[in-house]
Amino acid sequence: MDEQKLIDNINKRKKLLTDIQFNTDIEIQNLTEEMQKDYQRVVCLENKAQKMKRKTLRAIRKEIEEQQKLLKQYEQIRYRSMVLKVMPKVPVIKNVIAAFIVGGIICSIGQIILNAFTIKGFTDVQAAAGTSGILVFLGALLTGLGIYDELGKFAGAGSIVPITGFANSITSPALEFKREGYIYGIGAKVFVIAGPVLLYGTLASIIVGLIFFITL
Amino acid sequence: MTINKRLGKHTINFATPISISAFASVVGPLEKKGPLGDYFQYTMEDNYDGEMSWEKSEQKMMQHALEIALAKRGYLSKDLDYFLAGDLLNQIICANFTARSLGVPFFGLYGACSTLVEGLILGSIIIDGGFGERVGVAASSHHETAERQLRFPTEMVVQRPMTAQWTVTGSGAYILEKNIGDVVITQGVVGKILDMGMANASDLGSAMAPAAADTIVQYFKDTQRNPQDIDLIVTGDLGNIGRILCEELVLQQGYDISKNFSDCGVLIYDPSQDTHAGGSGCGCSASVLAGYLIPKLIEGSLNSIFIVGTGALLSPTSTQQGETIPSIAHGVVIQRK
Repeated sequence: MDEQKLIDNINKRKKLLTDIQFNTDIEIQNLTEEMQKDYQRVVCLENKAQKMKRKTLRAIRKEIEEQQKLLKQYEQIRYRSMVLKVMPKVPVIKNVIAAFIVGGIICSIGQIILNAFTIKGFTDVQAAAGTSGILVFLGALLTGLGIYDELGKFAGAGSIVPITGFANSITSPALEFKREGYIYGIGAKVFVIAGPVLLYGTLASIIVGLIFFITL
Repeated sequence: MTINKRLGKHTINFATPISISAFASVVGPLEKKGPLGDYFQYTMEDNYDGEMSWEKSEQKMMQHALEIALAKRGYLSKDLDYFLAGDLLNQIICANFTARSLGVPFFGLYGACSTLVEGLILGSIIIDGGFGERVGVAASSHHETAERQLRFPTEMVVQRPMTAQWTVTGSGAYILEKNIGDVVITQGVVGKILDMGMANASDLGSAMAPAAADTIVQYFKDTQRNPQDIDLIVTGDLGNIGRILCEELVLQQGYDISKNFSDCGVLIYDPSQDTHAGGSGCGCSASVLAGYLIPKLIEGSLNSIFIVGTGALLSPTSTQQGETIPSIAHGVVIQRK
């Protein structure tokens, strides 16, 4: 029966594919062609079959697809090792120092604003909210002026992690999608970058709140 | 004697060489500041160039390149039998809107950054087959339109990795016909899609290198020519990293192209321009070919070039679904008559 033959073929190839050292280009090509023939056979059967039989055939097809992928991977792994050799090194030390300095400066500015608020007699909560507001405004303003992304090119995470970076992640799509209109452009796309942060941040705070509520 | 129009598996041999009778390129300001800046005669004022959106300015850029090319021979759009064009945007809108303004039979092409060479091959096939006398071919790309579609909003803070390439703001247009002008397309190589499992959208050079190498090797195998027979083998937009990989892959197949191999993406920007691994995009090969390489052929410092347009068929949707990046490369041989 056709099905059994296909399964036999798959099992026969399994050994060949795990023992990956063997392949010459011609062997790879023969194997590719053989698999394509099996694939054609199974597709013809599958598209005529009903219900349960279709399910078994689909499982066989998936297995052939897996094997086709495996054979491709052999070539891909060989190429990947070649790519790794020519990859330029990421200047980690330089990036870390730049991030530290710029991130530190942004946070220091925040601290100065916070202290100024406290000196003026605001409560801690009020001062913190005011500081966040001012930093968000500055981040958005600098984004609009086209300065913040230039800074980010140099500072990396130092400019992304502080709250000014969050402002940038909302302002930049807003600027970008203005031309598609206020509804389908800005309205729909404004949280395209910050969305995950907002969703999972809210979710995390709900979970923490629940734990807090239950344990106390 | 009948000429064999097909050599080997991939190569097309045109019975009568197809002339590139006119050509033009328009580029953006960053490209004008690059090492080839003096060769680019027509440039946009900035990346908007007075339009409401980047997409509109890209479309205008393509149209301007075509109109300039037509004007060089005193043609109007009605003189074209076909127009073949493509770009990087969804539904190839720049090409479609340019074709809308021309009103001539149109084929829209998408081959990512290989679109221009794809167009040159198909245009030559149309003329060689006798289905038309005069074909316009154009391709364009624009840094901002490509970034916002394929990657991130342009004003967003991103530290681009060293492997990232800069999409060229540029467009090239070409008029193909028979027996007019000094440069001719003699052969074309149709590439096949290769996927070596690279999935990083910030490293397209190494995704495209195997496809480029395959097309180059196929050409030498099909025609039994050697790398020395061609003055310059030039790939579209492999960039610094892809270029090294491609050279090595071709060498593994027994062809040494190190002496006469270059890449448009490497040529167009200076390392000081902070573009990291070089230029990319349809506009990269389209503008460098029209602005720099064909004039070199006409002037006589080059006799023949083999330009290989390399396209990473990248889609944000498939990348997010965990797919790798398939790539393609097409080549044409362009010679001085």
